[in-house]
Amino acid sequence: MTDTPAIRMTGVVKTFGSVRALDGLDLAVPTGEVHGVLGPNGAGKSTAIRVLLGQLRADAGTATMLGADAWRDAVELHRRLSYVPGDVSLWPNLSGGEVIDLLARLRGGIDKRRRDELIERFELDPRRKSRTYSKGNRQKVAIVAALASDVELLIMDEPTSGLDPLMEAAFQDCINMQKERGRTVLLSSHILSEVEALCDRVSIIRAGQVVETGTLAQLRHLTRTSIAAEVDSVPAGLTGLPGVHDAVVEDHRIRFDVDSSALDGALGALVAGGVRTLTATPPTLEELFLRHYGDHLDEPATAPDHNGTPKHRKAALR
Amino acid sequence: MTATLRTPTRTEPTGGRLTGTGTLIRLNLRRERIPLAAWVLGIGLVAASTFSTIAALYPDEAEREALAQSIAVNPAFLAITGPITGTSVGAISAWRILAVGSSLVGLMAVFTVVRRTRADEEAGRTELLASSVVGRAAPLAAAVAVAVGASVAIGVLAAAAGLANGQDALGSLAFGGALAGCGVVFSGVAAVTAQIAESSRTATGLACTAVAVTYALRAIGDVDSSVGWLTWLSPQGWASHIQSYGENNLWILGLFVLAGLAGLAVAVRLLDHRDLGLGLVAARLGPASNPRLGTPEALAVRLHRGTLIGWLAGMVALGAVTGAVASTSESLLTGNPQLEKVMAQIGGAGAITDMLLSVMGVLTGLIVGGYAISTALVMRSEETADRVGPVLATAVGRIRWMLGHLGFVIVGPALLLLTAGLVAGVVNSLQVGSFAGFGGALGAMLVQLPATLVLGGIAVALVGLIPRFTGLAWAVLVVALLLGQLGELLQLPQWIMNLSPYTHVPQVPVAAMDWTPMIALTLVAAAFMIVGVAGFRRRDVS
Repeated sequence: MTDTPAIRMTGVVKTFGSVRALDGLDLAVPTGEVHGVLGPNGAGKSTAIRVLLGQLRADAGTATMLGADAWRDAVELHRRLSYVPGDVSLWPNLSGGEVIDLLARLRGGIDKRRRDELIERFELDPRRKSRTYSKGNRQKVAIVAALASDVELLIMDEPTSGLDPLMEAAFQDCINMQKERGRTVLLSSHILSEVEALCDRVSIIRAGQVVETGTLAQLRHLTRTSIAAEVDSVPAGLTGLPGVHDAVVEDHRIRFDVDSSALDGALGALVAGGVRTLTATPPTLEELFLRHYGDHLDEPATAPDHNGTPKHRKAALR
Repeated sequence: MTATLRTPTRTEPTGGRLTGTGTLIRLNLRRERIPLAAWVLGIGLVAASTFSTIAALYPDEAEREALAQSIAVNPAFLAITGPITGTSVGAISAWRILAVGSSLVGLMAVFTVVRRTRADEEAGRTELLASSVVGRAAPLAAAVAVAVGASVAIGVLAAAAGLANGQDALGSLAFGGALAGCGVVFSGVAAVTAQIAESSRTATGLACTAVAVTYALRAIGDVDSSVGWLTWLSPQGWASHIQSYGENNLWILGLFVLAGLAGLAVAVRLLDHRDLGLGLVAARLGPASNPRLGTPEALAVRLHRGTLIGWLAGMVALGAVTGAVASTSESLLTGNPQLEKVMAQIGGAGAITDMLLSVMGVLTGLIVGGYAISTALVMRSEETADRVGPVLATAVGRIRWMLGHLGFVIVGPALLLLTAGLVAGVVNSLQVGSFAGFGGALGAMLVQLPATLVLGGIAVALVGLIPRFTGLAWAVLVVALLLGQLGELLQLPQWIMNLSPYTHVPQVPVAAMDWTPMIALTLVAAAFMIVGVAGFRRRDVS
C-alpha cells in the first residue's frame, strides 16, 4: 500500500452564511482502515462528507481522496467509491431493485451475484415501489446499492439509523468483509456499539473541528478510570494528587476518578494505605462521548471553546 | 370484576372528524402566505387596472359597441375569451378579466389544495399532525377552506375594483362571485384528485387537466353555437353566463357552490377508503431488476416520461379543438353580408382562420412554456428531495446529470408543439376537405418553440444560479401571459411588451415567417441554459 492516505482533509473550512459548519477540519484515514466519525448533531459530520463527495465546495483547505482532489476529480473518484446517505430519499415510482441497479451502474458496474446475495441477506423485496418502503427499507436499498459494486472506498453517513438489530448485525458482517478485503471505510455513526465493533480508529468532531482522533484504546487513555477501594487507612494527600477528581471518602472506603495519565501515581498512593478490595472501571465510550459532547464536563485541552451552537446547522444545510 | 366497564362497541371513530381544522387553517395560512398574497393581489391588481384602462380607452358607448361587434364576429376571440355580453365599461372589463382570470383562480385552488394535502402527506408532515388531536378529515377541510378563502378574497378584491371604478354593486357582486366561484369548484375537483391519485404530482396534473378541459369545452361551445350547451359543462362557461354588469344571473353562483360541495363530499367519502400517504389507486409492484436503467439519461427518461405522455395527450386535445374551431370559423360568415363585408376588409374568410390559428398558437405556446418551466424545475425538486446527492456520488458529473434533464426541456416542447400542430392541421383539413390550411396550422404551433425555450432557459438559469428562487420562473410565465392577453388592449408601451419572448414571435400564418427573431430567441434561450449549467457546476449541491 502507498503512503497516501485514502482520505485526507487539511484545514477545511465551509461556511453557510454566518454559520461556520467546518472550521479548519483535519482528517486522515489510511488505506484499509475502518474509520469512525463521531460527533453531536450538527457538529459537521455530514458537511465534511459532502465536501469529500464534491457536493459542497470548501471555502479553504484541501480535501483529497485516493490521491485525487475531492472537488475537481469528483467523477473519476466516484468510480472508486460508494456512498450511503443518512437520509435516504428514493425516486417514488422506481422499484427498489431498479434503484439498486441504477446507482450501481452509474458508478460503473454491478456484481449481479453479490447484489442478489445482499438483497437476500437484508431481506429486501426489490419489486416494491420506493414510495412504499419504510425508512429502514430505504436504507437497505442504499446499503445494497453501495455494497453491490466492487469499490476501494465506502463512505457512510449514519447508515444504520433505521435498521433493526438483525439487519444491524448483517450490516456489521458486510463491513467486516470489506475490511478483510482491504477496503477503506469512513463511517459516521451515533451507535457506539457499532463503532466499537467495527472501527479501527475514531475521530470526534465538534463544532466543525476534529477534537480527538485515535484508536479506541488511545481515546480511552485520555479519559478517566473510576476507582473504588476499601483500605486500612486513607492515605493522606491522595485526594489532592494531580489527576485525581471527585474523590469521596467514607471511613475506610474511597471512590475517585483518575486521569489515565495519573493512574500509576494514584494507585501507588492507594497501595500505601493497605488495599483490601479494589474495583477499577475503565471508561466507556459513552463517557468518552459525553466528555466531548456535553458542556457540563471539563473541556479537554484540545477542544475549542465553543458552546452548543450546532442545533441550527442542519437547518442551514437545507 | 364487579365494576362495569363500558366497552366501546362503535367502529366509527369517536371525536369530530374535523377536530383541529381551525388550527390547521392557521398553519396553512402561515405556510401559504406568500403564494396566496401573490395570487390574490396579482389578480386583484390586474382587475383594477383593467377597469380603469377600459374606461379610459373606450369612454363612449359607440366605441365600445364597435369593439363588442368586432369581437362577436371573431372566432379567435370567441375561443380564447368567450362572448362579450354587454357594452358597458363594467361588462367589457368583466368579460376581459373572467376569460383567463377564472381559470387562473381555478389553478390557484388546485395548487393550494394538493400542496396542503397530498404533498404534505408525501413529505411525512401530515403523519405528525394526524398523530395529534386532529380529525381524519381536518387536513383536507383546512386545505379546501384556505383555497376557498383565497378565491373569495380574489372575488372581493375584484368586486371592490369594480365599485371603485364606479360600477354598480349588483354587477360587482356577480363579477366577484364569478371569479371566486371557479376557485370553489376547482377546490372540490382538487380535493377529489388528491384522494385518487398515486402521488401529489399526478393529483395536480389531473386537476389541472380538468381546468384545461373545461376551458376547452367553453371555447368549443362559444365558437360553434350548435354545441353551445357545452359551455354549461364548464365553470368558466358559468362565469361567462352570469353576464355580470348586464343580466347579473346571480342564481348561477349557486351552481358554483353546489359543484364545490359535491366535490368535497365525494372527496370526504373517498378519504375513508384510503390510507394516509397512499392514493386509492394502489402502487403496483415493479421489476426486481432493470438492466436498461443505468445511465443518467435513462433516469431522466423515467422521471419525465409519464408527465410528457400526459402533456402529449393534452396537446392532441388542444390541437383537435384548434383544428375544429378553425374549420367552423369559415361557416360563421356565410349568410351574413354585414360580417362578410367586415371580414373582406381584413382579408377575407381565409384570414379569419389564419387569425384563429395564430391566436391558438400563442395560447399553446404559453401552455407549452409552462411545460418547459416545470420540466426544468424537476432538477430543483430532485435536489431538495435529496435525490441528486446519491447520483452525483457515483461516476456521474454534474453537467452530464443536467444534460439528461435539459434534453426534455428542449425536445419536450418541440414534441408538444409538433403534436398540437399536426393534430390541428389534420382535423382542420379533414373538416374543410382540403389540406391547404395544413401548413398554416403546423406553422402557427411550431413557430412558438424558441419563445418556450426562453422560458425553459430562464428556469434552468435559476436552478443553476439562484436555486432558492426557482419560483420566479413561474412569475415570468404569468407576466408573459398577462402581457399577451392584456397588453394590446391596455395599449402598454412597446418596450414593456418586448419583455415577453412571445411578443417577438412572428404571427404565422397571419404574417409571413421572419427568421431573425426566431434565431435571436433561440440564442437567448441557449445563453440562459449555458449560464444555468455553468452556475450549477460551481455551486454547492444541497
